[in-house]
Amino acid sequence: MPQSNTSTPAARPTSLESGVGRARRRPALGPLDYTRRWWLRLIVALTFLLLYAPILTLVAFSFNDSRRNIVWRGFTFKYYEKAWNNDSLIDAFANSLSIAVISTVISTILGVLVAIFLWRFRFPGKAVYEGFMALPIVIPEICMGVAMMAFFARVGWPNDLPWPLSLSSITIAHIAFSFPFVAIIVRARLVGFNRELEDAAKDLGASEWRTMCDIVLPYLKPGIVAGALIAFTLSLDDFVITFFTAGPKTITLPVKIFSMVRFSVTPEVNAASTVLILITVIATALAMRFQALARGTKDGRG
Amino acid sequence: MDSWRKNPLVFWVLNLSPSAWLILFFIVPLTLVWVLSFGEKRGLLEVAITGTFDNYARALQPLYLEIFWKSIWMAGLATIACLIAGYPVAFAIAFAPDRWKPFLLLALMVPFWINILIRTYALIAVFRTRGYVNFTLEWFWDQANGLLTLLGLGGYQLIGARYEPLELLYNNFAVNMGIVYAFFPFMVLPLYANIEKLDRSYMEASLDLGAGHWRTFFSVVFPLTWHGALSGIIIVFIPALGAFFIPDLLGGTDSQLIGNVIERQFKSANDWPFGAALSFLLMYITFGALALRALVAGRNRGLDV
Amino acid sequence: MTDSPPIISVQGVSKRFGNVAAVDTVSLEIRQNEFFALLGPSGCGKTTLLRMLAGFETPSEGEILIDGQDMTDVPPNRRPVNMVFQSYAVFPHMSVFDNVAYGLRVTKTPPGDIAQRVQEALHMVQLSEQAERRPDQLSGGQRQRVALARALVKRPKVLLLDEPLSALDAKLREAMQLELVRLQTTVGITFVIVTHDQHEALSMANRIAVMESGRVQQVARPAELYEFPNSRFVADFIGKMNLFQGRVVERQGAEMTVDIEGLGRLVLPGQDKSAETRPVSEGQEVGVAVRPEKVKIHRDAMPAGPIVLRGQVREVAYYGDTSHVFLRLDSGQVISANLRNDSRTSDPSVKIGEDLWCSWEPQDTLILDR
Repeated sequence: MPQSNTSTPAARPTSLESGVGRARRRPALGPLDYTRRWWLRLIVALTFLLLYAPILTLVAFSFNDSRRNIVWRGFTFKYYEKAWNNDSLIDAFANSLSIAVISTVISTILGVLVAIFLWRFRFPGKAVYEGFMALPIVIPEICMGVAMMAFFARVGWPNDLPWPLSLSSITIAHIAFSFPFVAIIVRARLVGFNRELEDAAKDLGASEWRTMCDIVLPYLKPGIVAGALIAFTLSLDDFVITFFTAGPKTITLPVKIFSMVRFSVTPEVNAASTVLILITVIATALAMRFQALARGTKDGRG
Repeated sequence: MDSWRKNPLVFWVLNLSPSAWLILFFIVPLTLVWVLSFGEKRGLLEVAITGTFDNYARALQPLYLEIFWKSIWMAGLATIACLIAGYPVAFAIAFAPDRWKPFLLLALMVPFWINILIRTYALIAVFRTRGYVNFTLEWFWDQANGLLTLLGLGGYQLIGARYEPLELLYNNFAVNMGIVYAFFPFMVLPLYANIEKLDRSYMEASLDLGAGHWRTFFSVVFPLTWHGALSGIIIVFIPALGAFFIPDLLGGTDSQLIGNVIERQFKSANDWPFGAALSFLLMYITFGALALRALVAGRNRGLDV
Repeated sequence: MTDSPPIISVQGVSKRFGNVAAVDTVSLEIRQNEFFALLGPSGCGKTTLLRMLAGFETPSEGEILIDGQDMTDVPPNRRPVNMVFQSYAVFPHMSVFDNVAYGLRVTKTPPGDIAQRVQEALHMVQLSEQAERRPDQLSGGQRQRVALARALVKRPKVLLLDEPLSALDAKLREAMQLELVRLQTTVGITFVIVTHDQHEALSMANRIAVMESGRVQQVARPAELYEFPNSRFVADFIGKMNLFQGRVVERQGAEMTVDIEGLGRLVLPGQDKSAETRPVSEGQEVGVAVRPEKVKIHRDAMPAGPIVLRGQVREVAYYGDTSHVFLRLDSGQVISANLRNDSRTSDPSVKIGEDLWCSWEPQDTLILDR
């Protein structure tokens, strides 16, 4: 071959012509390289745009110095100030947080108990029991909401209790739908637990109770934290069930936002929503982090 | 796993409080609603349980049947829209390079963590007459108009004298978009899980045997992943039926879904027995859908290779 | 057969994943009606090369010609080749019949022809009875036959097989080896098989390409590959081999005199035809190799011959038909020799610790320059 061979590592039995063609058509797509096809990239980009545009607009408009909020008129914190000075909004927010904290504590305890129980024991009718446990997760929220509303009205649950107790009906309802979620997350963690560790502790003389506290619970910790964070966001975020169980004085933030939005669209709502978005996104991100952690150290032997 | 007899004390310590909670604050309320659905309204808050089927008969009258049908139709339409939009997205994530996958999944999930009510509310700013969709369309109209003027056709007003904003809010379209927007990730995640675990060599075999990409999708990919589609359909369709706040915020007067009717019975009309009957009918539809999925999943277990 | 034109021509093909070259400037020609094997350890690039033939990977460099046509811009669904996948990839939602008919249906074959051709194909792989079965009702071997029938019914110019026997148990694998050879002669289609199993390649293929780290080390007929490996890698990879270090002290044409480390000087006649063309020069370090079955063991008396060595038995591994004896030579090196157990009483013929003689013929010695 007359051409210089220094650049090519090995002499190739190809003509000059095909060498030119080669440069033109690389890099070629493999048949299953779907992510490198422009039309699929376009669809995905468009989907994410549609998914994020409304939320980003909402957040941006909470800082927009305009009541009508149609075009950008400059940056301001004044709607956050207004929201902060809106007593009913702050009350709703305080209610939401109080309910979420109490609901998280109780549903985490209940969820952990159920998870350990279902992991540890076999008993007649277990499938039915598990079915009932999953029911709060599968039935439409509105059905559970009206059921809780009818229940509290029917049993004559007092609605004139002093402040923290006035939230009891909402809290009870929140716990009822949160703890099965906690149980699912904790149970997923238990799948990787090596029961020989438990036997070893008992073999060394630990009681049932000591074994639970010293061996099982420490192993479950990441799962419990993830479950608790999920319970917290579920409670903080819930609208439908709270809507039916809330009294006129026990409004939570989502219910308050709903009534404000129904009435008129104001930047204050955007500010309140942004705060709620921030809290739930952070709590959920932490939950995901702990769940990943729980999965990462699945082996109880380690 | 131990038999419960091995350690009855631990057995009861573990399950007593959660079981009690579930029974007292979930099963009992549901049963109460079920019982209420056989009652009659007497006075403002007075209900007599008479064992009547009147509430169900009323729920099956043309007026409410129409609302049921409309709810199913609207939720169904939104579910199909989710399915059509969800497949390419799930496909793209499943075929993305491994280091990209967690980020794409996260990007899909984050909006989903945000309160559903706030997300619904956020759509208003996008869809209203002076919202982003209309702004975008107006921009296109301006460009088209400018082009026509340039071509010397400006005087004919071929696309109207000025841009007429589309009425995108407070109608059925808005409700449909609201449902799609609220529940879209519910569809993508199970689809993704199924496409992800689909053995690539099935697709390669199909291509190898001469089928094109579309044919491969409809003959191989879809039949082997429709379990995921079915899960997605059910977890979008069921909450969509009961999501009363979406028609409330985005719909017009004629966009009422069954959830709105139930809400009205309990909140303003105060006809609890009728609301209870409607809510149990909604539950039966839910159970029917779940049973259908279990049946199909059971029959096709052999496909889970 | 040597005269037939190449059906596949691979010209300087490379495939890079990032900085790693899975296939590195490979050139090959596969002839019409050949049973061709790509053999190598896992990760040597053989499957990537096969997938490039099928069109599932695109070469980073070079060309692939099938039946004289450049395949670079031809997608897998338009190539005149079909593949049997390692996992078989028999569609689980279709019956056996529908699986085999699939490739005909998607290419718009008249329905009448389809039924007939599918029947023929199923008959060929002895699955006519199972046409209406679902894949989950079939055994592994049957599923593989479906995959074979499904590919062959398309009458491809080349059938590609990716480790087709690796999922089968040992007995079935042997039966399928014979079956594949029978099928190939019946249908008269070129078969290209990828395998990591040397016995499979040796027993089935007409020609074998041995690959290592993305490169083709040697392409040869099975017997040639076994008796005349061109490198230490091939010599070691195919069968068992005693390998020593040596140095060429004198070379006259094909005849060489070699100093073997610890064993002494040896004159080799020019029987190794490939040695003639190899650039082995005087003073060069080479590998000197001999197969264990070529090494003979003598118990009683020192035999005559140019290569005779003394050693002590260190280990005997019993394999039923043969026993492998490991001798430690006086120089400290270990050599292995195969004993055929040709009578029932021959089993305890050698004992550990026993002193023996071993020898081999000079023409059985291999000189490996790389």
